[in-house]
Amino acid sequence: MTRTRSDGTATATVPAARPADPPAGQPPAVPSPAVPSPAVPSPAVAPTTADPQSAAAPPAAQAPALTVRGVRIRDEVNDREIVHGVSFELRPGRAVGIVGESGSGKTLTCRAILGILPAHFAVSAGSIEIAGRDIAGLTTPQWTDLRGSTISAVFQDPASYLNPSLKVGVQIAEVIQVKSGLRRRAARRRALELLTAVHLRDPELVYDQYTFELSGGMLQRVLIATAIAADPQVLIADEATTALDVTVQAEILDLLADLRERNGLALVVVSHDLAVVAQVCDEVLVMREGEVVEHGPTADVLYHPRHEYTRLLIAEHEQYGLDRYLADSDSTTDPDPDPDPEADPHAGIGPVAGEQRKELDDVR
Amino acid sequence: MSADGRPVLQVADLEVHYGLRRRRRRVLHGVSLSVARGETVGVIGETGSGKSTFARAVLGLVRASGGRILIDGEDVSRYSARQWRALRRRGVVQYVFQDPLRSLDPDLPIEESLIEPLLVQGVGRKEAVERGRAYLARVRLDSELFGRLPGELSGGQRQRVAVARVLVTEPALIILDEPVSALDSANRVGILEILKELRDAGVALIFISHDLGSVAGVADRIAVLYQGEFVEVGDARAVISNPRHPYARLLVGSAPTLRSAAASRAERDALRALLHA
Repeated sequence: MTRTRSDGTATATVPAARPADPPAGQPPAVPSPAVPSPAVPSPAVAPTTADPQSAAAPPAAQAPALTVRGVRIRDEVNDREIVHGVSFELRPGRAVGIVGESGSGKTLTCRAILGILPAHFAVSAGSIEIAGRDIAGLTTPQWTDLRGSTISAVFQDPASYLNPSLKVGVQIAEVIQVKSGLRRRAARRRALELLTAVHLRDPELVYDQYTFELSGGMLQRVLIATAIAADPQVLIADEATTALDVTVQAEILDLLADLRERNGLALVVVSHDLAVVAQVCDEVLVMREGEVVEHGPTADVLYHPRHEYTRLLIAEHEQYGLDRYLADSDSTTDPDPDPDPEADPHAGIGPVAGEQRKELDDVR
Repeated sequence: MSADGRPVLQVADLEVHYGLRRRRRRVLHGVSLSVARGETVGVIGETGSGKSTFARAVLGLVRASGGRILIDGEDVSRYSARQWRALRRRGVVQYVFQDPLRSLDPDLPIEESLIEPLLVQGVGRKEAVERGRAYLARVRLDSELFGRLPGELSGGQRQRVAVARVLVTEPALIILDEPVSALDSANRVGILEILKELRDAGVALIFISHDLGSVAGVADRIAVLYQGEFVEVGDARAVISNPRHPYARLLVGSAPTLRSAAASRAERDALRALLHA
């Protein structure tokens, strides 16, 4: 996939410089759900937390694709704060992961970033900047302009974001026509390029198929193709591989890695599975009950987890996941008869005590 | 692992076909597996591998076109639909499916759902309620939830109720089809712990999943189903740390883990090429 347009127009790298979209409203195939975005109240809060990203960050010359500063989200009907301050910065070509159980606020945070919070939820403090643009106070047409072309998203259930009565290729082409202003024929060519880019084996065939004719993995690829159709700078993948077979998941994760490397796509990967995030992301946020309990470079979080909840997540993998056996086979090649607690990244984790887990269960 | 020798389930050369005449296609081929008391066997397969068909065949919900199925030593392969129903009602073989909301009657309070199988067996109401509560405690559910409707419980709680419900008939064999796939990490661990206890209590378990990782923690043995055949059956540790069949290797190499890097893309592509050759 290249950023060169087949119609020869110059490739706009800054979204503000793109030709304005026709006021066609949300095309049906844009993966961000067509929920009307509530006007986000102007947050007057200054950036609070320091940037936890450290040595791993590329030179500061590269402007962040996404900046989230101290974002809090309130449920206005029940008068309750659900997300208590999330901050991170994402530069082009980097990936940040958000891990947490259901109800931890990870999906709400993503929806806030996309401007699609459910009806009575609102950002009550903090700020979000997408490609340098503060999203507070964006109008609906401005949002429509931004979504797809600058920020895009893929969710867990691909079928529900595609129209069952239209050929999938036509849906991708429509996004391209609306977002990039290409003519029909050029849009079709570009859609086929995208279907090839997401490693669908027979793009021409898939172009003319309907959603019911495609498997879950194929649909998710189609959705990713749609999401990247207008060359967004940021892609949010919210449990995008959760429902897929493991071998397919691996291919989709490879694909996302490709897009990072080749197109400089910045990724936000949301998952309940720490291992998925560990494989893809440079940086991890661990969320629990609306709170970021841990945030740092992936290796630090995995090898030196500081928060009890992160330790629990890791311990669960070691006790019940593949890591249980694979860690064993590692230790046969590298026997460590006298583990130094400082050196052993998992020292002191051990099996999770029943009591500790019960406490967490009770919270649920 | 196996406690008293005789397997609870013996499946030999099972064949299942779907469709008629020219549309007839083979879904399971030469599938053999035996499961002993107190043993947990993980059946791993991805979409379309035939894993759910395997579960359904063992429950008599699809007819085998060949091979034999023995449950508790009794050959059930030639059972009529009525005999199968009687067998299922006795509760020797029970099953838990992925979506607990669908396996529980949404209009029935938890209590009623739970004791229904006992009432069917002719147990008196009072005793049934007592036994029901005991099983609910066994899956660590508060008795406060007894009067609630399934819709009022969380996914993890519902799955516990579903497990409690199959326990009331004291089955010898439980087939679980993706029992933890819809649950988050902590609830998943909760269910897996209950399964371990059941196994230790002598129940035979077949744990069917597309996800090797969710099975790894509880299975004694793992059977890898690929295109309707068991391509690898062995000790869980051996299958995961030293898979032999290309598909088993691809499966293990694709699973995300915390510390060991998964197989590289080149390795996985090579395995895929090998499989499609």
